[in-house]
Amino acid sequence: MSDPRLEVIGRRLAGVREVVAVSSGKGGVGKSMIATVLALALRRRGLRVGLLDLDFTSPSTHIILGVEGLQPEEEKGIIPPMAHGLRYMSIVYYAIDRPAPLRGADISNAIIELMAITRWGELDCLVIDMPPGISDATLDTIRLIRGIRFMLVTTPSRVAFETVRKLLTLLRELEVPVIGVVENMVLRPSTYVRDQVEGMGAPYLGAIGFDQGLEEALGSVERLMETEFAVDVGRLASSSGLKAP
Amino acid sequence: MAEGVVAAAARVAEEEGLEEVAEVVVWIGELQQVDHGILEFALDQLRTPIMSGARFLLEPIPARLRCRACGEEWRFSPDDLDEDVSEAIHFVPEMAHVHLKCPGCGSPDFEVTEGRGVWLASIKGVKRDV
Repeated sequence: MSDPRLEVIGRRLAGVREVVAVSSGKGGVGKSMIATVLALALRRRGLRVGLLDLDFTSPSTHIILGVEGLQPEEEKGIIPPMAHGLRYMSIVYYAIDRPAPLRGADISNAIIELMAITRWGELDCLVIDMPPGISDATLDTIRLIRGIRFMLVTTPSRVAFETVRKLLTLLRELEVPVIGVVENMVLRPSTYVRDQVEGMGAPYLGAIGFDQGLEEALGSVERLMETEFAVDVGRLASSSGLKAP
Repeated sequence: MAEGVVAAAARVAEEEGLEEVAEVVVWIGELQQVDHGILEFALDQLRTPIMSGARFLLEPIPARLRCRACGEEWRFSPDDLDEDVSEAIHFVPEMAHVHLKCPGCGSPDFEVTEGRGVWLASIKGVKRDV
């Protein structure tokens, strides 16, 4: 027996130059915000960008983008619709605002299915908003997406960083490229995270300040991109080496 | 889907040293609600030279579900589903857990024991002379 879906995932991504998974060991560190704003920042620099929300049980990028009423086009698979200049794919098209209580094997199957049916076309960069942790989605994206690179997000808290340390260790052991670690929601200067990251030999991409105006900008891309947070993420996009070909 | 089946068949044929494929058996889980006519047409359009004379046999597999909470077992039927729900499960069968409930206790915590998706079940053909 053979699973035909696994045969086509590589072809579906053949026109995608770079895949970046924005990931963390814990939830609540701002992965979705960073993934979404990073995708928008890269788009504003002229790159062709896709955004894939792989957080099936708690998708949120559609709220950040203020996306409503979009549906993919069916054409020999699924063509993600454009949202604010991004090719945008999320499970919300199919879950229709209902809870998605999926076990690990089901999450894995849904990831394979989505990767097999989604036709991204030509993209300079596909940004993936990953669910937290080092379970199914992390292992599946590493297994299924050749050349994927990870951008890790932590907060200044040791509670968050210790989970990122494990994720970083796992990626190292699997020889998966890591772009670097971003420190988000920084309230006061500290070198703790930078020291730890650099001590592990990984790039520290920079700090993003805690932006109190961010919540009010949710759902409006124009306001979002005017926030201090977006300025910081834009800087980070430069230091991460993601650029037009 | 057809692209995946043909690619899988071509890979298996290569691995098994076939110079000509005579028959490809594909299991079609009912949960995914695949239109057999459309899939047959697509397979015919995509067949590679090694499959030029191959028969594609599409075998429907009933979708059976079992509740993890109460043990109820039942068979999936798309008949009463809204079009949106039917389409969601067609594209991503795991959306069954979002839109369906156990008929016994109402839990979404069930497993699909049979008939989830599409599988290349077997392939027959003529082997190359070694």
